[in-house]
Amino acid sequence: MSMSSQASKKSKPAKQRPGNGETRLSEAPKPRPALLLDEHIVEIVSDSGEGAQRCGQSFGAIAARLGNGIWTVEIIPAEIRPPPRSIAGASGNRVRLASYRVTNGGDEADVVVAFNEQVLLSRVRTGEIKPGGIILLENMWQNDRDETIAAGYMKVCEEIRAAGYRLYEIPMEAECMKYVPDPRRGKNMFALGMLCGIYSLDAEIARAQVRFVFAKKDQKIIDANIELLDAGRAWALENLDLKFAVPASKTSEPQVVMNGNAALALGVVASGMEVCAMYPITPATSASHYLSEIFEKVGCVVHQAEDEISACAFAIGASYAGKCAVTITSGPGLSLKQEAIGLAVMGEIPLVVVNVQRGGPSTGQPTKAEQGDLLAACFGGHGDAPKVVLAVSSIEDCFYSIITARKIAETFNMVVIVLSDASLATAQQPFPRPSFNEGWLAPPIDQSAVPENALPYDWDSRTGIAPRFIPGQPGGMHCLTGLAHDRLSHVAYGPEINEEGIRQRSHKLATFQKTLKTPKVFGDKDGDLLLVGWGSTCGAIEEAVETLRARGHRVSSIHLKFLQPMASGIGDILQRFDKVMTIENNWCDSLDEDLINEENRRYSNLALLLRARYLVDVDCWGEVRGQPLKPGAIVKAALPKLEKV
Amino acid sequence: MTATMTQCLLRLVEEDYKLSDYQSEIAPRWCAGCGDIGILTAIQRLCRDEQIMPEKTVFVSGIGCSSRLPHYMNAYGFHGLHGRALPVAEGVKLRRPDLDVFVTTGDGDCCSIGAAHWLHAIRYNMNMTVLLHDNQVYGLTKMQASPTSPRDLKTNTTPYGAYLNPLNPLTVTLGVTNVSFVAQAVDWIPDLLYDIIAQAHRHRGLSFVRVLQRCPEFMNHRFDEAVHDPSKTRILTHSDGLRLKPEISRIYRNQETHDPLDMPRALAIAALSDEIPVGVLYRDPSVPCYEELREAERPNTPDLIRTVLDEEFDKVTIWPQVEDASTGVE
Ligand SMILES: Cc1ncc(C[n+]2csc(CCOP(=O)(O)OP(=O)(O)O)c2C)c(N)n1
Ligand code: SF4
Repeated sequence: MSMSSQASKKSKPAKQRPGNGETRLSEAPKPRPALLLDEHIVEIVSDSGEGAQRCGQSFGAIAARLGNGIWTVEIIPAEIRPPPRSIAGASGNRVRLASYRVTNGGDEADVVVAFNEQVLLSRVRTGEIKPGGIILLENMWQNDRDETIAAGYMKVCEEIRAAGYRLYEIPMEAECMKYVPDPRRGKNMFALGMLCGIYSLDAEIARAQVRFVFAKKDQKIIDANIELLDAGRAWALENLDLKFAVPASKTSEPQVVMNGNAALALGVVASGMEVCAMYPITPATSASHYLSEIFEKVGCVVHQAEDEISACAFAIGASYAGKCAVTITSGPGLSLKQEAIGLAVMGEIPLVVVNVQRGGPSTGQPTKAEQGDLLAACFGGHGDAPKVVLAVSSIEDCFYSIITARKIAETFNMVVIVLSDASLATAQQPFPRPSFNEGWLAPPIDQSAVPENALPYDWDSRTGIAPRFIPGQPGGMHCLTGLAHDRLSHVAYGPEINEEGIRQRSHKLATFQKTLKTPKVFGDKDGDLLLVGWGSTCGAIEEAVETLRARGHRVSSIHLKFLQPMASGIGDILQRFDKVMTIENNWCDSLDEDLINEENRRYSNLALLLRARYLVDVDCWGEVRGQPLKPGAIVKAALPKLEKV
Repeated sequence: MTATMTQCLLRLVEEDYKLSDYQSEIAPRWCAGCGDIGILTAIQRLCRDEQIMPEKTVFVSGIGCSSRLPHYMNAYGFHGLHGRALPVAEGVKLRRPDLDVFVTTGDGDCCSIGAAHWLHAIRYNMNMTVLLHDNQVYGLTKMQASPTSPRDLKTNTTPYGAYLNPLNPLTVTLGVTNVSFVAQAVDWIPDLLYDIIAQAHRHRGLSFVRVLQRCPEFMNHRFDEAVHDPSKTRILTHSDGLRLKPEISRIYRNQETHDPLDMPRALAIAALSDEIPVGVLYRDPSVPCYEELREAERPNTPDLIRTVLDEEFDKVTIWPQVEDASTGVE
């Protein structure tokens, strides 16, 4: 069985991107030919509840339907109902659309649509908008009856202009009023229409998308939204000197568009697992929401337990009874499950644990991206508890990794922890439509009689793997225990047998390790600098490597799917580069700070693992800004390492 | 490991499991006089009398002296984590309604570290038999106060006496939504212990049996009064509950006819402080079981999985464009 290959069908960007992504064709006014672009990043932000997220998602979906490469990133306020018109309340979506496949949210935005100046500020102040970028701002606030609001609006406009942005003040609400009595609902469709007009996206496809989005609503609502969509387009074409086109590349195979959590949920269905026990926790919950919607249709159960401990114990019970189960959680939940995970390791019960990581420690940043749980996944519980830890690196990978995880869990009677994170949870990207394969499923559980004299922990001396007796099997009766035990599953504290059990459970991991393939090097096989990453940062790291290589730097990267155990051959790869640096959405102390030196520096998770295993002086760079890593930031971090060569 | 294929065949002929068929090869390691021994015996008798198939039975427990019980049964056992027996048992039962599930838990295991699971297990009402071995003290960890320890009890963590009034597992359980079976037994009246566990086992739903269990090691003489003075024990009888043998009836004259559907009376009985009620306090067979509520309409066949996946993919598929309408430059 090849464990590593399933999900690594990654397509390379179709071509090298020019620096600023723009090729100006003509500047003549009407009829304006579109400016052809390789790619653009568009953001739309509003107060939460005003529909910017739906607008952004629809915009991405329309572009994807037309064959553009897209990656969408949700802009999520920290609170459910933040105060209106507040910097902290910005809610919306970033859409990167391109002529080629994109693998991350990119750097700064080219165009921002904002429903008020405060949510706009949240993007400007955090440096999310390109210098000189285009801003389309709702202008109703300038006449607000509340003078402080009107004054505030004017002040921000001045600030924005002074900073060199191209500001367009747009009477969105006033325009919408011509069509609907309550423009707060529907303004997002007007904005969507504007964007479709600006980016020359096919009108009929856009209408089809709106119909799809409102499919559950009645016809009146659908009609009103389509009217606003068309009005937005018409208004933009008439009143704005902005007209772009991002040519799409033709795809020959059907693609599906979804976010990472939806892909995880579908992966659970496709793996044939029958039970998901969970407790709600952001940002993992939406995977369970979707699974709850579809799992019963295939005769399976999502069980919302009373807490994470119970969810994990429940999943373990189901797995023990022959129905391999998954439990889906995020950081704090992983901490609570650790004792039970140790039990599954000790009892050799197959179990899939999905951790959609968020910012930590403690309650941390529930909606934000971080990769801080790698070491907790590998070593979080007490005692020596070997288990498999793998990470997903794309939306497609979310789907296939669950199938892989279940296979590993059942082949080796082991716990498999799958690490995703907040940036993949809500990011959308098209990937080739999977076609179901019965080989993904496990065979039905064995209820035949156990051979005479067979032992429940009859560890194979070459692999460490023992058979597994499932309740219902005549002759297989034994008492599984979390205490140290012998081959009969009898409690045993003898020095020999304790060491024997630990050895066998450890050796299973070694056996599994032999099935892993060496990760491919992205770029040349040797050079000055190797970047090493894991999880959701793959796209951004590889894009940074491309950029650096285009500038003549000898940089490559590898991306690790299996973090525990690690595939053979990684050490050799590390040796072929002068410097090695991990790139993680994770904390590490920087030697640039006065306080920090080689003696007290804390390394980020992966760097620590690599240093320990390969005895290579692995450096690290990371950010804990709660956002997906940007390719530009990685380029910036890598450059000093290259200059010193 | 004793019931091999050939033995099974033999049994079919004999149609008879013996008591020894339920005893594992491990001898119980409880202290002499420990009430757990009587509970184990009652269970093994019940298994024999009901001719329960060992391979179709799972004994789930937590951690504690009492939780060692699954090791002593010749059946499938799951001796898991302190406090987590119930969620494990629920997971076992959910997709395997064919398995007969018993849960053994201690007063620390159930009423302290596992308290959240206890309440929710009552609410789920899955079909299983739960035995709370209540010795009112932590045994395995050597005598600390438990939530059910009597006030003023001196233990290693309460050398000046326990500060709080004990929690009453019966009133708590009776107070939980969906409760469907609550009984109390005592380890020193083996006949009634057996009858009550048998009734619990027969009940469809979660049957919760609190067994007052003697711990001579750390709570010596705790129940002496009740053991020696039968009037301290109130036996609950009913045509739909316990029916007493004459020899028991002769000794235990303090009897009450109690309809197990009478919740107000059940609560009053549960709250008795000067007598120990023994019998079925509450039973409502009409409460639905979670595993039935969650039962699949269809089995998860590969074909069904393929169909549902395709339906879901259809909603989000971008089909290759026949014509290139992609850039729509107007
Ligand atoms: C997480 C955890 N905390 C604490 C313990 C230690 N511990 C084991 S059993 C026990 C209490 C046992 O008391 P009870 O449940 O009443 O069972 P008994 O031994 O009296 O039968 C404790 C505290 C443990 N095993 N795991
Ligand atoms: S310590 Fe108490 S509960 Fe534990 S085995 Fe001894 S008598 Fe029984």
